[in-house]
Amino acid sequence: MPTLKIDGIEVEVEGGATVLQACEAAGIEIPRFCFHERLSISGNCRMCLVEMEKAPKLIASCAMPAGEGMIIHTNSDKVKRGREGVLEFTLMNHPLDCPVCDQGGECDLQDQYIAYSGDDARYEDERRIVAKEDFGPLVKTVMTRCIHCTRCVRFADEIAGVPALGGIGRGDHMEITTYQEQPFASELSGNVVDLCPVGALTNKPYAFSARPWELKSTETIDVHDAMGSSIRADARGREVMRFLPRVHEDVNEEWISDKTRQAVDGLKYNRLDQPYIRKGGKMQPASWEEAFEAISAKLKGVKGDKVAGIVGDLCDLESMYAFKGLLNDLGSSALECRQDGAKYGGRHRAGYLFNTSISGIDEADACLLVGTNPRKEAAVLNIRLRYLAKRGAIASVGAVENLSYPVEHLGDTVQALENLLAGKGKFTKALKAAKKPMIILGGGAVSHPDGAVILKLAHDIADKYGMISADWNGFNVLHHAASRVGAMDLGLVSDKGMNGILDGAEKGDIKLVFNLGVDEIDLSRLEKAFVIYQGSHGDEGVKYADVILPGVAYTEKPGTYINMEGRVQKAQRVIFGPGEARDDWTILRALSEKLGSTLPYDTIAQLREKMQADYPHFSNIDQVPNEDWPKSFGVAGKTSDVPIANLIDDFYQTNPIARSSKVMAECRQAYEGAKFEAEAMVTNG
Amino acid sequence: MNISVRNAETFEFTPENLTWAAGQLAKYPASRKQSAVMPLLTKAQEQNNGWVSVPVMEYIADMLEMPYIRVQEVVTFYTMYRQKPVGKHVIEVCTTTPCWLRGSDDVVAACKDELGIGFGETTADGEFTLLEVECAGACVNAPVIAYKENYYEDLDNDSTRKFIKAIKNGDIIAPGPQTTDRHKSAPEGGPTTLKEFCATPGGDS
Repeated sequence: MPTLKIDGIEVEVEGGATVLQACEAAGIEIPRFCFHERLSISGNCRMCLVEMEKAPKLIASCAMPAGEGMIIHTNSDKVKRGREGVLEFTLMNHPLDCPVCDQGGECDLQDQYIAYSGDDARYEDERRIVAKEDFGPLVKTVMTRCIHCTRCVRFADEIAGVPALGGIGRGDHMEITTYQEQPFASELSGNVVDLCPVGALTNKPYAFSARPWELKSTETIDVHDAMGSSIRADARGREVMRFLPRVHEDVNEEWISDKTRQAVDGLKYNRLDQPYIRKGGKMQPASWEEAFEAISAKLKGVKGDKVAGIVGDLCDLESMYAFKGLLNDLGSSALECRQDGAKYGGRHRAGYLFNTSISGIDEADACLLVGTNPRKEAAVLNIRLRYLAKRGAIASVGAVENLSYPVEHLGDTVQALENLLAGKGKFTKALKAAKKPMIILGGGAVSHPDGAVILKLAHDIADKYGMISADWNGFNVLHHAASRVGAMDLGLVSDKGMNGILDGAEKGDIKLVFNLGVDEIDLSRLEKAFVIYQGSHGDEGVKYADVILPGVAYTEKPGTYINMEGRVQKAQRVIFGPGEARDDWTILRALSEKLGSTLPYDTIAQLREKMQADYPHFSNIDQVPNEDWPKSFGVAGKTSDVPIANLIDDFYQTNPIARSSKVMAECRQAYEGAKFEAEAMVTNG
Repeated sequence: MNISVRNAETFEFTPENLTWAAGQLAKYPASRKQSAVMPLLTKAQEQNNGWVSVPVMEYIADMLEMPYIRVQEVVTFYTMYRQKPVGKHVIEVCTTTPCWLRGSDDVVAACKDELGIGFGETTADGEFTLLEVECAGACVNAPVIAYKENYYEDLDNDSTRKFIKAIKNGDIIAPGPQTTDRHKSAPEGGPTTLKEFCATPGGDS
């Protein structure tokens, strides 16, 4: 614990901290371009120069370890002149195109120029020009502006695990580029835009569309995967312009996936902005009154047990709570949320949560992945698994995929899990040796025909290999749907599962199906039933609908979401929905009145109060629960040879918003097939 | 992730070079085999007619389990890895200050005249490539030309022409000082100091 004196302030920092961190601890801001807390230290920009007594020259504070008794000056004349000089060299080749640069207004170089610049420019020679590079459909490059901080290169290597970027050439001819002009094929590529301290890498779909000072920012929560990443939505007028990550150390650190960031244009297209009713086989625009009338007329004479309700992947807790209330009042108990046919039940919360917690992965030292590709199901979570791969062994059961770290493949059938439980195979040694091992069941495992058996096997493996102890729960289900844990908590599960409802609809046992944002099942199987679709986008779900009620998307309503860990988080309204579209719970409340059993709340506050009274844990905002470990869940039984496949094939097309997005469609095209699946050769292991 | 851009072309070390490469790799721990990237690239360039092509880079990267971009960084950083095809005979003329003071302009003129090409160019028959290089590190024998692994030193216009003509005729003249009788970089006209020095081990000087 060295103690330093910085500008007369004494600070004590942890061993291994740098002088720059010590300065920050003392409350002094040090300018920097290349240094970033979450990347390795590079020390090339020299902007963080400070004066250290007894040192002959200024030192780069980002790369100098803090030592006992150091005396540092950060505002001496020498430091000021040093930084001025550095900035002058940095700007030597930097074009003065701030007026046409998208970084303008939120540019580190602009800000630091104001604070640390010297006099007018003295450079009179020609400036260098760098040809355009192509980093793929999401990152716009103007490499003439690049100041070679190499943050993006380090991000690609260390965080994304896709070592595609590099600095070629040297000296004045150095250029940051991808290998032979290939795109930067990572599902985290958008983060380099945030990292770039200048305007060299900017957001391509957002190019020239807004200035930062025109935007109104709202802090909210993402729904494109079940991580519940903290995001900031920037809107101008009635349009969300972009999403940026917010720091949440225990969830997404400061990264978000490309889908979270760039599916924003999906909020503009294919929107449902008024009710529709099917008349004579065609969907006709209708008023709310007519739509409710049509539902009410249909419901007369249909018994409650012939009504089913399904909730989709993007629903908030409030609308699902109102949905449950409405359908229960109608007498229906066939409620379901497991669109993918997952086999976990609602009885034991620990049986469907990511119990280790996302930040808990950092403590784990061995991991077994079953039927999951975390890179596609929760891209940001995969970063932590990459770090785990450096500390301990990771093995997988299921399809072989490139996860950007080395994985031992144990087989692709349930047999592999049975072997593991029987203590066979090399990986059992690694599991036994591990202090905090974990198992992750992905969508491919829990929705497998033998999903219930897999759950039982996983439960027993967790018990056998010490994954469960007083302070550690290594059993995890990796969800990909933002609404899933909340829906499970609300008990939106039926004994016969999703197939029970679909079969029932085919046989005629179920006459009416109410879909709340349901787009991921085979909806043609509902053709015989009367289908109500309530949702935000005209996607798969509307194809077989008889009545369409226009709801709003996640940016257009206040809502509560529970992420895969069981963390309850509140999302905010950023803008209002289009046209006639209304907050989902208000639609359900209005419909309930029409149907004669009014739901007992008029405002969202009343709804939340009621909901939290029914489900007390919904009020534990931003807390990770510690659920009791049940003796058993799942079903013991014989298994088949059906291979365990992964659930998500196309990362860019997993929900109605992403499918409506033109940018996501471009990504799909750019990264489809062999290019994206190119064999990994991991060198960071 | 490595996205290969190599097309139909392939590159592979000859069996002799492969044995040699194994010897280089043996110098480093197995987890640090990237350390061998520079000697391996040099050898590969030699085998690949004097330049590093995309298949060469990818072959070396695969062999050392490196991302392709990391190998490209090395290749583009060092000027002695050539990224374009060159002629059979690469003549590298030093024009940095000491050589220039000692008459490298004459040497350059002789080269250009004899070969009919300028710097960075290759003769139409693919025989010669003429390159301008920064300090070759042999200033004491300026001006110099580097050819294959040898230096031709103390050159002037005539001796340069003679040197190139010899290559054209399939001869290789002996490397070292061309216009002086000195031995390597020893003083002209014999030693001037340490004349009594006896280099014999155990000598009594």
